Amino acid sequence: MSHAAATTDHEHKPYQQHHFESMEQQTQSTLLGIWLFMAQEILFFGGLFTAYTVYRILYPQAWAMGAGTQNVFLGMVNTIVLIGSSLSIVLAVHSARHNDKKGILKWFALTLLLGLVFFGVKAVEYGTKWEHQLVPGLNWDDHHALHTIQEHAPKGVEVTELPKGIQLYYSLYFVMTGMHALHMIIGFGLAIWIMIKAARGRFNAEYYPHVEYFGLYWHFVDIVWIFLFPLLYLV
Amino acid sequence: MNDNNTSPPLNYLTNGHTVKSWLLTVDHKRIGVLYLIAMTCFFLVGATAATLFRLELATHNANVLANDTYNRLFTMHGIIMVFFFLIPAVPGVLGNFLVPLMIGAKDVAFPRLNLASWYIYMLGGLFTLAAIIGGGIDTGWTFYTPYSSVYADSHVILAGTGVFITGFSSILTGLNFIVTIHKMRAPGLTWMRLPLFIWAQYSTAIINVLGTPVLAITLLLVLAERVLGFGIFDPQKGGDPVLYQHMFWFYSHPAVYIMILPGFGVVSEVLACFSRKRIYGYEFVAFSSLAIAAIGFFVWGHHMFTSSQSPYAGLIFSILTYLVGIPTAIKIFNWTATLYKGSVELSAPMLYTLGFIGLFLVGGLTGLFLATKALNVHLHDTYFVVAHFHYVMVGGMMMAWLAGLHFWWPKMFGKLYNEFWARVGAVIIFFGFNFTFFPQFIAGYMGMPRRYHVYDIEYQPFQMLSTAGAFFMGIGLIICLVTLVSSIFTGRPSGKNPWKATGLEWNYASSPPDTHNFTVPVKVDVEAYDYTDERIYQDA
Repeated sequence: MSHAAATTDHEHKPYQQHHFESMEQQTQSTLLGIWLFMAQEILFFGGLFTAYTVYRILYPQAWAMGAGTQNVFLGMVNTIVLIGSSLSIVLAVHSARHNDKKGILKWFALTLLLGLVFFGVKAVEYGTKWEHQLVPGLNWDDHHALHTIQEHAPKGVEVTELPKGIQLYYSLYFVMTGMHALHMIIGFGLAIWIMIKAARGRFNAEYYPHVEYFGLYWHFVDIVWIFLFPLLYLV
Repeated sequence: MNDNNTSPPLNYLTNGHTVKSWLLTVDHKRIGVLYLIAMTCFFLVGATAATLFRLELATHNANVLANDTYNRLFTMHGIIMVFFFLIPAVPGVLGNFLVPLMIGAKDVAFPRLNLASWYIYMLGGLFTLAAIIGGGIDTGWTFYTPYSSVYADSHVILAGTGVFITGFSSILTGLNFIVTIHKMRAPGLTWMRLPLFIWAQYSTAIINVLGTPVLAITLLLVLAERVLGFGIFDPQKGGDPVLYQHMFWFYSHPAVYIMILPGFGVVSEVLACFSRKRIYGYEFVAFSSLAIAAIGFFVWGHHMFTSSQSPYAGLIFSILTYLVGIPTAIKIFNWTATLYKGSVELSAPMLYTLGFIGLFLVGGLTGLFLATKALNVHLHDTYFVVAHFHYVMVGGMMMAWLAGLHFWWPKMFGKLYNEFWARVGAVIIFFGFNFTFFPQFIAGYMGMPRRYHVYDIEYQPFQMLSTAGAFFMGIGLIICLVTLVSSIFTGRPSGKNPWKATGLEWNYASSPPDTHNFTVPVKVDVEAYDYTDERIYQDA
């Protein structure tokens, strides 16, 4: 090819893609790209938080009573599990920085494991809601829902009818936690892909962007949960 | 640059002839051509729908289409034209092709992601086409709830999924452009030396990245409501359809700027070239793009003056909408000031551009009528609105798109089109457009509501004019299409810089460009549009 003239002034480094002029340019570009991706993620979830805010202001009772039926203990467990997985992914990045392939694999595996624990707990919670017929559209039952809410009402509070907008609370609960779970599933796929790369020795102390950027993504997913937990369980 | 005796060097078009070399390419120029082909097909589908319902509207009673078919056709026209033509046209085709060339980069920052964007666009398109083939969708392109989520008896799920998917193509293209423009500019190419096309793409990309995800989640909620029976916008469950409108327009109003800003960029380039002058008030034109992107996020409520939105909120939205007129007016004033004492050449791209300025001015000013709350009550959902947004979308955006396509056609394919027929096409489209849409202002002002296929006989003269005008516009478009496509086979070679324009794409890259864009190192030491520069490449 005839492009030798344009490329003689910099020798190609093994990790540098041809269309970048320098490794620094490549790193900075990728980092900016990841942050822009996060920005669009915030707007994506932002739509849900907007709907949440509007309806919580319209129907405070529904929110109080709906949150009352949540299992705060399980939610708490999941919060701790996810914070733990954030820690383990930080340790994976740390291992990458120190050229420790086994460390990367170990901490990624732990992250995945904690993710699976989260899903296990979530499955139990979803299952309970299904049993109590609290899934709008699919198996909602006014009578059963009222019964469940009465059971969970604080002492001295008598609930005689379903608060207005209660189905909106559960709809948003499922959409918000569902979207969060979808992001975790995508994260699982990415994690496995990065583990395969790591096992093949594609990373070293100078080059481990996938590990680092996955860390950012995973933290983002955790932070979403940190917002969801108080908003859906503790209000 | 090369002797014609030796075999010509490989350019991006000749470097690989297999289908695979196109479908798996990561070359931003080839991806631009892929968008061009796909988008032209979508445009033809949307135009066919328009032809059919325009025929129906020629007379006041129903004699071509049943009312349900009519509903499905105008919905299809809207969805295809907005999401598969207007939004991705300039960024997808010209943006992909030109952004790296204009800033002196070898490619966009993420070439593989760029190809993925095209596939996402196509996947979304296939879902939408499936919805059309399966019988269509009758909600209007706005998918208003609860009609779309509960009552509509058409393919809302397929079409909604299509629009949802194609949104990610916009987001990823926007992300790619922002990073490319920030990080990959050639040495010496400071922000204030960037071509205004780049500023426009940058502003558009910001709206794409920050606005589109909101549409995505909104459509997802509509789908959850329709498929699973969740009730976010369902009044029966306490949901609020007006919340849907807020969330929809939070994206879909800025989407208007997604469509028009890249067109502004094209206009600045063409105008400077064919006036042989630097754009008057370059900095103002550059920052007005950013201002439009920023203010544009806070005007969405003007679509909802007649809904249950608070009148005080409406007042603020009305004022903010006037505000967005300021940076837009700055552009128009500066463009006309650029013409002043310029040596104006009425080439085909310039004809489209001058048409753009006039038509967009009408579209923009009537937008201010509609932003006036009291007037809006009278004009809401009438043909006045239809005429207004077609002056912006077609008179503005489509004219700019055709200007850009003609202007950079020699760069993309290395061939000159027939200038005479290109000008004939431009003139016919301009007059055809006005005959189509100007009568609709009057019909709308007299009170004719939009989206009706049987109407009062007093409006028939206006609708008749519209249909006749659309016929002329169609002829113009066919002339334009034939002129451009035939030039690939019969056109004279254009040479590197047929317009003697400034800009890296004209002065450093050959036509068509080399696979890696530049064969010599690129360095910039002048401002954009310095038409006094003696170094502008002149073809022998």
